[in-house]
Amino acid sequence: MTDTQTDIYTTTVGLEIHVELATASKMFCGCRVAFGGDPNTRTCPVCLGMPGSLPVPNEKAIEFTMKIGLALGCTIAEHSLFHRKNYFYPDMPKNYQISQYDSPLCYGGAVEVVGDWGTHPVGITRVHLEEDTGKSIHIGGGGRIADSDYSLEDFNRAGTPLVEIVSEPDIRSADEARAFVTELRATIEALGVSDVRMEEGSMRVDANVSVRRKGEKEYGAKVEVKNMNSIRSVIRALEHEEERQRKALDAGEILIQETRHFDEKSGVTSSMRTKEYAFDYRYFPEPDMVPFEPSAGWVDSIKDSLPESPTTRRERFAREYGLGVKDVGVLTSSLKAAQWFEAAAGAYEGDAKKVVNWIIADLFGLLNEAGLELWESKISPVQLAALVTLIDSGKISGKQAKLVLQGMFESGDDPEKVIAEKGLEQVSDEGAIEAVVDDVIAENAEAAGKVRSGNLGTIGFLVGQVMKKSKGKANPQMVNELLRRKLS
Amino acid sequence: MAEIHWMTAMELAAALESGDLSSREITEALVARTDALDETLGTYLHRTTERALAEAGEADARRKAGEAKSRFDGVPLAYKDLFITKGVPTTSGSKILKGFVPPYDATVVARSHEAGLPMLGKLNMDEFAMGSSTENSGYQLTRNPWDTERVPGGSSGGSAAAVASGMTPWAWGTDTGGSIRQPASLCSLVGVKPTYGFVSRYGMIAFASSLDQAGPLTRTVADSAALLEIAAGHDEMDSTSIPGDRPALLDGIDGGIDGLRIGVVKEFSGAGSDPGVTTLIDQAYARLEKLGATIEEVSLPSFEHGIPAYYLIAPAECSSNLARFDGVRYGARVEGDDIIRMTSRTRAQGFGPEVKRRIMLGTYALSAGYYDAYYGKAQKVRTLITSDLAAAYEKVDLIASPTSPTTAFKLGERTDDPMAMYLSDIFTVPVNLAGNAAISVPAGLSPDDGLPVGLQLIAKSLDEPTMFKAAYAFEQDLGFATSDKGRPPL
Repeated sequence: MTDTQTDIYTTTVGLEIHVELATASKMFCGCRVAFGGDPNTRTCPVCLGMPGSLPVPNEKAIEFTMKIGLALGCTIAEHSLFHRKNYFYPDMPKNYQISQYDSPLCYGGAVEVVGDWGTHPVGITRVHLEEDTGKSIHIGGGGRIADSDYSLEDFNRAGTPLVEIVSEPDIRSADEARAFVTELRATIEALGVSDVRMEEGSMRVDANVSVRRKGEKEYGAKVEVKNMNSIRSVIRALEHEEERQRKALDAGEILIQETRHFDEKSGVTSSMRTKEYAFDYRYFPEPDMVPFEPSAGWVDSIKDSLPESPTTRRERFAREYGLGVKDVGVLTSSLKAAQWFEAAAGAYEGDAKKVVNWIIADLFGLLNEAGLELWESKISPVQLAALVTLIDSGKISGKQAKLVLQGMFESGDDPEKVIAEKGLEQVSDEGAIEAVVDDVIAENAEAAGKVRSGNLGTIGFLVGQVMKKSKGKANPQMVNELLRRKLS
Repeated sequence: MAEIHWMTAMELAAALESGDLSSREITEALVARTDALDETLGTYLHRTTERALAEAGEADARRKAGEAKSRFDGVPLAYKDLFITKGVPTTSGSKILKGFVPPYDATVVARSHEAGLPMLGKLNMDEFAMGSSTENSGYQLTRNPWDTERVPGGSSGGSAAAVASGMTPWAWGTDTGGSIRQPASLCSLVGVKPTYGFVSRYGMIAFASSLDQAGPLTRTVADSAALLEIAAGHDEMDSTSIPGDRPALLDGIDGGIDGLRIGVVKEFSGAGSDPGVTTLIDQAYARLEKLGATIEEVSLPSFEHGIPAYYLIAPAECSSNLARFDGVRYGARVEGDDIIRMTSRTRAQGFGPEVKRRIMLGTYALSAGYYDAYYGKAQKVRTLITSDLAAAYEKVDLIASPTSPTTAFKLGERTDDPMAMYLSDIFTVPVNLAGNAAISVPAGLSPDDGLPVGLQLIAKSLDEPTMFKAAYAFEQDLGFATSDKGRPPL
């Protein structure tokens, strides 16, 4: 992206995010919800769409959806119902999907995304509940249904409760999209209602992207991008699509409304279908179920049970620990990271900022190299707090502590054990240090004389000699004090 | 004792209780009756004779051991082929379900089985319950036992003809717009469409979900009350089934109708009914008055829009309900080069013309840009019919009308005229739209053609007890149903 392009064009992104709920059973039957397994082993007449079978809504799924809605600042509809979305596809057992249409369960929320741009609100249009489809595996012909030899259907996933979250077109860049998805994932993870694993498909992101010239009032043609299977591919796909649309506009092309497929390998989007093929889903109220009205009492009890939201947590971290925006952002990127940090900060008696510095400046380096997340480290929060406490007490120097941290990271041992094993304990015994200091003064009479005559700049040289002689174990502060005293 | 095949379920239960008959004897007699008549009448799509005899043997053993499952343990039963029966072919009268053997039982079937009722088989019907003559069956014609050149009505025509000819004392049917009551009327039977949600729909192959209800077809009012009691009640597998207990139906059925207020619909009087039908229905009103009821006119102006509203709502729902028959997972499949051709061919060959007509109608009614004008408008009419009825029930306890404007018509007479066929249900359809309960009870034979005429009594939602009391009082006073005159000349 060149500077000129950002000056000329504005990008608008809206996201549609599907989240599979981690309820015990499926949306409309008693089959277990799980990932994978032998094909068609978690099915029954209802989720197979057998003639005569009827859907019975899962109350827990409705509750989980309201949890998500409330955590995203939505209003819960007083009156809600399911609709049928009619279209033929072999992995959809009834050839209609039970979904929600004009009366979604939750609507009108907002999420704050934080980043280099500051804090930016993204509206949540709606949060609704529907059922997932089965999975088609197309054999032959490059894995697409059109030219495959045959297809296999696995209905284990069919009927899994699926929440659709639709954002307003408030997102202005790939990075804001990343921040939004990260925020959403952290929020839902904290609620404990979904695994939110993009790689396993329990969280799926589709994006509507449009680019227009700055100053133009109308949005550009809306392009839907599908098949982004990780946060990284969301960034890649959106950056590519933004660039593609800008180039097309630069070249004077007219963009069309279409659906495009993101290819993970090539990092490129390609057209799937244009609006000419737009389906008429013939939505109508699901006659097999009665409309539902969540009671105010139910909604209130869910509200009361909500865990701290990422926004509230960010505010609290800034306030309680006196941390800057960047540190807060890193530590609240996921619930587990935040919990890890709080456990460490809680075990430490001094200024929590010191713990933060050790996490961000040192531990993250080791984690990145090993490809691990904070909470996957062998070091426990309590062990990190112990390490920082040891530095404070003068048992080890900061420099030594880095070596200790490395040792702890590899073994998972307590810092004391690592220090003992590596012989890194700092010598703070005055008698022992004094003996070395006396030796150094005797061996460096000229330098000692300079200090005595008032040239304090030379004291650093003597400190260095003491440290060298003690193999770095002497407490540098005590060395300094002793030298000053003896040479005053 | 009467011939076994003409005994009512109540009589058979009494004979089993006293030991005069065994379930095995009863079942054998009904099997023999079916063997003798069914080639002519064409009621059964699939017979489960061996299973029925085995179940009868088990019922006899239970009775001997004093462990009868219910009062009716051992009284055999047959089902409209729309009910899902585990391990027994189920087609809903459609070729698209040829060869389909379901892996589960409908709630109605399971509850009937729990009561110990041996299953005789599955009965013919209009394909997916769409029709009023059973001529839309994908498999065979069913003839009216009163005149084999005439239709038995529909869509539960197989059920009606089987009960009317003595092949079974009772059968389960389903009613979406009159599919129990109209064949009951045409075959001189009692047929009940209960309040929507009174009986579970789980395992009923859906035609129009918001209208479908299961109900009994029997030769007497008491038998209908008894069969309905066996299966009625909340079912957690059907979220539209009404929560809580159901009122007792048999208990107090003979309580009489003194002081009951019965309304007759102003807009129905002379609404194209045959003169013979009108004569008998007028006589029926007089009889009800004689029995202590008061008759007064009620106005239900929205009822005349019942048929048009029904023929938007029911096809709309069926267009979606029948989408699952795509050749992918069960039933018939006609191969094609790809999934679209396979599904298109399967549906083109599997569905009959009436089913296709309704799928197209419904698809159109739900289409973007037409929804408000058709489906939306029809739902408004439905609301109006419901509120009109509710207003009428402030004045009266029951509403009476003919069940069908005509007696049984000739085979083939209306097959090329869908509109004439649709009008067979003019008096029954509004009841499904409103969700109320209604019963058709034999009112005698028309002076014009000597064919059966039925009286319809429409009750408030969940007021089945009043409906049964009135129908019972009428039936007992008329003394027709169980007399020789009330039986077809077979």
